[in-house]
Amino acid sequence: MKSLAELQAIRDKAKANINLRKENPNAARVYVGMATCGIAAGARPVLNAFTEEIAKRGLQEDIMVTQTGCIGICQYEPVVEVEIPGEEKVTYVKMTPERVARVVNDHLVNRNVVTEFTIGAYT
Amino acid sequence: MYRSNILVCGGTGCTSSNSLKIVEVLKEEIKKNGLEKEVNVTTTGCFGLCALGPIMVVYPEGSFYSMVQVADIPEIVEEHLLKGRIVTRLLYQETVEDDTIKSLNKTAFYAKQKRVALRNCGVIDPEKIDDYIAMDGYAALGKVLTEMKPEDVIQTILDSGLRGRGGAGFPTGLKWKFAAANDADQKYVCCNADEGDPGAFMDRSVLEGDPHAVLEAMAIAGYAIGASKGYIYVRAEYPIAVKRLKIAIDQAHEYGLLGKDIFGTGFDFDIQLRLGAGAFVCGEETSLMTSIEGKRGEPRPRPPFPAVKGLYRKPTILNNVETYANIAQIILKGADWFASMGTEKSKGTKVFALGGKIEHTGLVEVPMGTTLREIVEEIGGGIPGGKKFKAAQTGGPSGGCIPAEHLDIPIDYDNLLEIGSMMGSGGLIVMDETTCMVDIAKFFLEFTVDESCGKCTPCRIGTKRLLEMLEKITKGQGTLEMIDEMEELCHYIKANSLCGLGQTAPNPVLSTLRYFRDEYVAHVVDKKCPAGVCKDLLEFTIDKDKCVGCGLCARNCPVNAISQTDYIAPNKKRAAFAIDTSKCIKCGACIDNCRPGAVFKG
Repeated sequence: MKSLAELQAIRDKAKANINLRKENPNAARVYVGMATCGIAAGARPVLNAFTEEIAKRGLQEDIMVTQTGCIGICQYEPVVEVEIPGEEKVTYVKMTPERVARVVNDHLVNRNVVTEFTIGAYT
Repeated sequence: MYRSNILVCGGTGCTSSNSLKIVEVLKEEIKKNGLEKEVNVTTTGCFGLCALGPIMVVYPEGSFYSMVQVADIPEIVEEHLLKGRIVTRLLYQETVEDDTIKSLNKTAFYAKQKRVALRNCGVIDPEKIDDYIAMDGYAALGKVLTEMKPEDVIQTILDSGLRGRGGAGFPTGLKWKFAAANDADQKYVCCNADEGDPGAFMDRSVLEGDPHAVLEAMAIAGYAIGASKGYIYVRAEYPIAVKRLKIAIDQAHEYGLLGKDIFGTGFDFDIQLRLGAGAFVCGEETSLMTSIEGKRGEPRPRPPFPAVKGLYRKPTILNNVETYANIAQIILKGADWFASMGTEKSKGTKVFALGGKIEHTGLVEVPMGTTLREIVEEIGGGIPGGKKFKAAQTGGPSGGCIPAEHLDIPIDYDNLLEIGSMMGSGGLIVMDETTCMVDIAKFFLEFTVDESCGKCTPCRIGTKRLLEMLEKITKGQGTLEMIDEMEELCHYIKANSLCGLGQTAPNPVLSTLRYFRDEYVAHVVDKKCPAGVCKDLLEFTIDKDKCVGCGLCARNCPVNAISQTDYIAPNKKRAAFAIDTSKCIKCGACIDNCRPGAVFKG
């Protein structure tokens, strides 16, 4: 180690994984429905797409991706719920990995709900 | 990029209850379910709740699984990791409230804790230097080397009010200042990791959970006093700690955080390990240094103090593991931050190893000034079986007992000394009404008699005589004069012993005499042990009117001391049993097996 900058570089790289181990009560939460119906409909690639997209943007500290069970609307799986503290929960249905980037960008970053993917657009 | 992190405790407590096997099976199951790219398994240091081990935490949910068995792993992987359904049945039940799961930090055990020395234990993988660096590791060393002068470092430590966590509570900054003031061609920085008190394991947990914190602090100390070499003296009985220290030292070398020209500042520092062979006296500073030099571990008179002539007769500082664990945080967050915690004369936090008759055996770190009641009743979860608190023992064989009347004093160095105990390294053994205080004093004396190195007479012979008197008292052969004689001998040993071992060895006797003299008197005058522990003073009897004549006691008696009599109590069908006290060996098997509770001891 010859400089502080070197140490900083290692720290930044290692930090992303460590931050997962902290509980951040203000984090936005993304719940991916991962019951049998969800998995069968392709929830796993969606979940992975969220993790990757969030890592790509370095938002691990602010957004938590987690799984949840069946919400009961199996025909609309994969279902993803997005909850931003202080705002109403938004339910996205028939999600695909391709749709993930838009949800992250429009909703989680810029706070604009992607209305055409929500359950309201399908019922 | 992982979406989930699983932390499994790899401290000694959980390792002994099979946590390494759990990690292995966990990884297999994760692979089987195709999750190896999503879920990361990390082995960490101690979480502190050793009584509930093996412990496993799944993030980001923060689900705290306790007492995990290997057989539970497939269920956890399939339900929680694959399908996202937390296995509530295996959670630490205190985190489950109605149908919601509360944060671990809000449970009684963790809510009142403040983790400074243990901040990384149970969070990072101690075998990965990157994990430590991610938690701002080695940033303090970088700051010290590039921005601060050695005297600024010492001043910061002085201002923080940090005192030695090994027990005596000497101001750390002062120690450094003395060593820095002495000019020499070579100085040394030593770390005392020879944790020998029965029941104490906080240093082990720091070494196992966060070894780099100690290395970094030693390098900072080296810069402050002008030393280029450091030694860690660790017990060979701590194999996991030794292994992780070795890994940590190698990794620090690889990154150039130890060795030559650290951070390009021209500062050189290196650390070597020395394994202790298990002698308690080697935890004493002069013995420890003698032992590092390769000689028999025996103390030598002070002065000269180590800051003047220590290891190899050169200026040396010796600090305890927990003391070092605080250093980097003080440098990064400032002396004021540290001094804002604790009491007027004792700053910061203290780690205690909770043991004995307590619900949550484990490791807790609380701000100085927390009361014993908070530690025992709230954090520790109280005493199992609804028994009554009798006393807490702090400071191991050098400390004393704190009776119930002092439960509410704020714990710090000075308050503990005032009531006849001491902080010690932080062992805290809780005792309930079934503990005999004379027996406890005897237990600790046996330990010091064994561990006395024999160099000075007051300790070698004095403790032995003291123990003999205690043995007589527990056998019912004591006299009242003997109690006074013991007290006198205690003061003599304290005043005349060469090192800390002898100077503090009589403390358990003195403090029990101070608070529980009536128990000594009961042993001597009434020939009774009020707590029912000292076997020679016990007699087992069967209440013939309560006995239902089932004969379970007789069948379980290993020496056939119980037989049936002719007496049949009114409204009982069978004849009562009786114990032949001349044959009885007082094992207690009859009491344990008597359903109507007709057997009594006393």
